[in-house]
Amino acid sequence: MSLNQTNLIDAAFAELKEKGETALIPFMTMGDPDLGTSVELIKAAEAAGASMIELGVPYSDPLADGPVIQRASERALKNRISLLDCMKVASEARRQGVKMPFILFTYFNPVLQMGLEKFFDLMREHDFSGAIIPDLPLEEDEEVRGLAEKTGVHLIPLVAPTSEARVERIAARARGFVYCVSSLGVTGVRSSFHSGLDQFLATVRKAASVPICVGFGVSSREQAESLADKCDGVIVGSAIVRKVEESLPLLQDGDADKRRQGVEEVKTFITELKPRAVRS
Amino acid sequence: MTQTQVPDSYGRFGAFGGRYVPETLMNALLELEEAYNRYKNDPEFLAEIRYLLKQYAGRPSPLYYAERLTQHLGGAKIYLKREDLNHTGSHKINNAIGQAVLAKRMGKTKVIAETGAGQHGVASATVAALLGLECKVFMGEEDTKRQQLNVFRMKLLGSEVIPVTSGSRTLKDACNETLRYWVSHVDDTYYILGSVTGPHPYPMMVRDFQRIIGVETKEQILEAEGRLPDVIVAAVGGGSNAMGIFHDFIPDASVRLIGVEAAGRGVDTEQHAATMTKGRPGVFQGSMSYVLQDEGGQVQEAHSISAGLDYPGIGPEHSYLKDSARAEYVPATDREALDALKLLSVQEGIIPALESSHAIAHAIKLAPTLPKDSLLVVCLSGRGDKDVEAIMPYFEGETK
Repeated sequence: MSLNQTNLIDAAFAELKEKGETALIPFMTMGDPDLGTSVELIKAAEAAGASMIELGVPYSDPLADGPVIQRASERALKNRISLLDCMKVASEARRQGVKMPFILFTYFNPVLQMGLEKFFDLMREHDFSGAIIPDLPLEEDEEVRGLAEKTGVHLIPLVAPTSEARVERIAARARGFVYCVSSLGVTGVRSSFHSGLDQFLATVRKAASVPICVGFGVSSREQAESLADKCDGVIVGSAIVRKVEESLPLLQDGDADKRRQGVEEVKTFITELKPRAVRS
Repeated sequence: MTQTQVPDSYGRFGAFGGRYVPETLMNALLELEEAYNRYKNDPEFLAEIRYLLKQYAGRPSPLYYAERLTQHLGGAKIYLKREDLNHTGSHKINNAIGQAVLAKRMGKTKVIAETGAGQHGVASATVAALLGLECKVFMGEEDTKRQQLNVFRMKLLGSEVIPVTSGSRTLKDACNETLRYWVSHVDDTYYILGSVTGPHPYPMMVRDFQRIIGVETKEQILEAEGRLPDVIVAAVGGGSNAMGIFHDFIPDASVRLIGVEAAGRGVDTEQHAATMTKGRPGVFQGSMSYVLQDEGGQVQEAHSISAGLDYPGIGPEHSYLKDSARAEYVPATDREALDALKLLSVQEGIIPALESSHAIAHAIKLAPTLPKDSLLVVCLSGRGDKDVEAIMPYFEGETK
């Protein structure tokens, strides 16, 4: 990716806007259950209608995550999946024809231990368009932000219903999109969102010059559709990771047909999540 | 900036500290910082804490000259700062009282806490009962087995104990789970964090509530000996008792400050909690500090016979004191701690907690190498009653 090239995330949102569509952004933990399957699942997600994808780096202490993604992390870490392994999955998926933008979701410590400059060099090398570092609030992100800007990788910030006065500062410097946390708590499937969600999204919308997407707890098409006209994209994590977990017996079967069947099940699940609502 | 003026407004102790947490927690931390800054110099707030520390917890704790141990070791004069004599049996009550009084001032009706050995859990459950707050304590499932007595004590005090089954099922996972719970319940819930760890303002605030240990020690040693001690030794897991006894002595350059961390089965094995000896700087549970981690930055599981030291991180101010060479950090193994526990029991009639036994273990090594007129203070952070059952197998055959 060259520096003067348009970031793929920006291009994807521009295209969605033209078509009046809301982005579906799946999240998957890399290396769950193994790297080869992750490549297949990324291909399946694109075929299922994903506009871009968040690739999660497994971490020993995932503070922002609920039990589903914790378990996926533990499974992946049993295979000693590293940050670099996760990046390689992306470039392999790209090599196999995946066109959508890749966003890396990683806690900060693995990035810090790799070295910030090396991290951003590798992000470009493996064709990542964005990074989400959930435990790096704006007070701590100066150096990372500088390197992200320099390398053309979008640092996508999280904003929460409790962010209040911070919303403006966060949204104003956001790149790619603003990740709006739908409800208080950790990632995971839930039946209802924060009661003030509509107003929260309106506040973020007003402050942001980039698209806004909603995540944490989105797990069904009904939920995705209820959000579709209030934001530019919905992020679905735990529901997909749980589907992968349910499909593990197939995904890990010795028989290639069974494994394909497992990938197909996840693909069907993601297809059904895609919001039908078309914004005017 | 001098060493007593840290942290800065971002919660930084030099390169360490800070606030590396999800955005969902930021507002709660800012609200806490604001409330703490508002009350920390408020005479009524301080008077309430002072009253409870004295009339309820039994402070000041004695500084006891361990004459028989001193003679036995044949070197430095050893004093024990008797935090084991506090109500609930450890230094943890100092911080729990401070934070619970703050929680009340902030209008919170519920408190949560993490615990390793159960000492901080018991202290939190105690102050919750005292101040009429609803309390939930998160404890690694592994630790609930190692410390059944403390689990029962917390329940008896009216608290709910929630066993944590994620990860290694010990202190680090209990901390993660408490933070996760807090994110979902920030409106009415106050998190009483038990050590000088975690995101700003906790390392600073817990230190402030624990520094009374050192303030008293200074007064008491001046009264007893007419001079400052030469060495202060304290056990470090997260590091709250050590920071408590060190802090007032930081400007006194002649006083050597030594933190003793758990070497478990040895620092050359994979089963230890020697964060300073074997770790390197990283971000863990909300702050930058030394961390036990692998090449790729995954946090490793720690091991110590003492549940309270079984933690792969350490408070950021300790990392700052280490890198600025103001304090030293040394390891002591499980076996050395057990031997120290036994020695203090028979020499002084004091059964120390396994955590504190690590500090005693280092004093046993150090005292004979020092002149007889030198003064060595050990922070005896807690009493050993809670550990008696767990250590019985190690002494079988020896105590008949």
